[in-house]
Amino acid sequence: MQMIESGNVAAALGVKLSRAQVIAAYPITPQTPLTEKLSEFIEAGDMSAEYIPVESEHSALAVCIASSSAGARSFTATSANGLLYMHEQIHWASGARLPIVMCVVNRGVGAPWTVWNDHQDSMSQRDTGWIQIYANDHQQIIDAVIKAYALAEEVMIPVMVCYDGYLLSHTYMPFDIPDVSLADSFLPPYKPAYCLDPGEPANLNTVTLPDVRDDINGNRAHGYFEIRHLLQQDMIASMDALERIDSRFKTVFGRGGNPFIESYRTDDAEFIAVGIGSLSYHLRDVVDNLRDEGISVGGMSIQLYRPFPYSAVAEALKGCRGIIVFEKALSYGYQGPVCSDIKSALYQHGRQNSHRPFVLNYILGLGGREIVTKDLYDALKLSCTTGPDAPDELRWIGLKI
Amino acid sequence: MGNDYRSRTSHSKSGPGDAGKTGSWRILRPVIDPGVCIPAKRGAPACYMCWLYCPDGVISRSIPPTIDYEYCKGCGICAEECPTKAITMVEESSFIKEDK
Amino acid sequence: MRRDIIEIRWHGRGGQGAITAAKIVAKATFETGFPGVVMVPTFGTERRGAPVFTSLKLSRDRIYDLSPIEHPDIIVVLDHMLLEESDIIKGLKPGGLIVVNTPRPPQAYNFNGMVVAAADVTHLANKAGLPQGVVNSGIIGAFAKASKLTDMDTLIKAIEEEFIGRKPKENARAAIETYEYTVIGGL
Repeated sequence: MQMIESGNVAAALGVKLSRAQVIAAYPITPQTPLTEKLSEFIEAGDMSAEYIPVESEHSALAVCIASSSAGARSFTATSANGLLYMHEQIHWASGARLPIVMCVVNRGVGAPWTVWNDHQDSMSQRDTGWIQIYANDHQQIIDAVIKAYALAEEVMIPVMVCYDGYLLSHTYMPFDIPDVSLADSFLPPYKPAYCLDPGEPANLNTVTLPDVRDDINGNRAHGYFEIRHLLQQDMIASMDALERIDSRFKTVFGRGGNPFIESYRTDDAEFIAVGIGSLSYHLRDVVDNLRDEGISVGGMSIQLYRPFPYSAVAEALKGCRGIIVFEKALSYGYQGPVCSDIKSALYQHGRQNSHRPFVLNYILGLGGREIVTKDLYDALKLSCTTGPDAPDELRWIGLKI
Repeated sequence: MGNDYRSRTSHSKSGPGDAGKTGSWRILRPVIDPGVCIPAKRGAPACYMCWLYCPDGVISRSIPPTIDYEYCKGCGICAEECPTKAITMVEESSFIKEDK
Repeated sequence: MRRDIIEIRWHGRGGQGAITAAKIVAKATFETGFPGVVMVPTFGTERRGAPVFTSLKLSRDRIYDLSPIEHPDIIVVLDHMLLEESDIIKGLKPGGLIVVNTPRPPQAYNFNGMVVAAADVTHLANKAGLPQGVVNSGIIGAFAKASKLTDMDTLIKAIEEEFIGRKPKENARAAIETYEYTVIGGL
């Protein structure tokens, strides 16, 4: 069924269709309407879940860690400083290998205070051991939430579904709501491989020593180092799992097929503009304009950011002359995080065929600074025409200084 | 994932032995006075605050409660929590003299 | 930069329901032939009573650009006092349409060749049984008559769905009454 609603409602409908059993969240702009909607579903009896009000984001994720450890499908959502307040528990959830799904409604991070969109919040959580999926529109939000549970529960790694605050969360656009019975067949109830059992008491996530040691039965138990190694192995392997899940989703719902990256008019493109979230779709209009002028340019969205789909990225970019990365986040003192990751993915590939495209990095939209189509057009056109000779420096779009 | 999942996280079952026989760590030994201990005195399962509070799970829920000195580290929490002050912490050295 | 998009900017005051009005029109136009529709509210630090606006974009094709409208085809103004407060009609395309809730006739306005559709929505909505100052359902009637972008039957259905449990019939009647009494003119 097609409907026109906000991105937050799309996310809430995805959580409802996923039949999440425990929801704990603390309101923060621009995430608030998402969790309000979920509490309305539960209050109206449309959703059978326990909504646990908490006094902070740290507690929200702590509740989800507990409920997920007890075998319940758990959900939380937050933005910006709320996400950062969870930070310690974010590491905990992935180290404990709990299949929690969290929506991050992307917002800039204070100080100075801002409630508007950029990607600094979730990008700064890149190294926490969570899978990160970014949605470009409402359809991808609702679909990603459902796929995220399938993925998290298969690989036992928590998943963040990230989407732009306001630009997607508060914008209305059409999207299709997956049929309930199809969603149920795609995502059956969560059957944990292991969960808390009063009949068989255990300590979870106990202290580990620098070296391995034997458990009470005399069996060798993994130490911290082994457990962390397995998290990395499983993160890399989760790309195969996501590919399978996405392909199964496509069979059931007819949508998907691009779990890692989405390419737009890149087949013969000499230049490729890369973005994340709604910005990557905004760039499509600019690509069309430049194509009309005879410039051979395409666009690419990064859909999965962690694990980073390095093979798919390198493969997609291998033939082009230049890559222009537009980012709403910054690793202060260096460059945009996506730009660094793309360069890293290309390095290995470039060694093999002695081809290295130029990579330019633009920072824009921080704290909700309006992204003007004409500015994108000018920047991309200039990059395509003068890119190879351009100095290796960070470029800012829309800066009024 | 099953056991495979368990190998990916740090788990432990309650029980003795994870750090060996920790009874040797003890400086003070908790000793229960059956004349004051509630379940011992009444001959009924009651109280068991020592069992509940023992962080190492070495006190039995029996009549009277017994302490597994092979693993008791002598932390003294049972003595602190006992509502009737039935548990006294006694110098280990005094038992060594006794043993001789 | 795309020429296939009809751009409609809605101006109101915080709490007045401009976003709800634009949402209802988005739903109705989606059903009547604009599969590409996005409604992007611009959020500042507004509070009740402060000027707010939202961007509604319609197209037969998919819309990717979610940035605020700079050059609207149509401007909808829920409170005529806003016209005096700031440059509401900024960027309006030549020959564009201004739909305004005002007690004055369209001849009272001079916007250099722009078309003005005027209706006293505040009065008409009140007459239809809504509390004083509720104008967001009524203004849709004026929009429908002046823009001809969608039909009233679809709009009425969308209004009644939006206002379930909140005077759906009165809200629908406000739009119908306003449609009737909207005067289109301009210099």
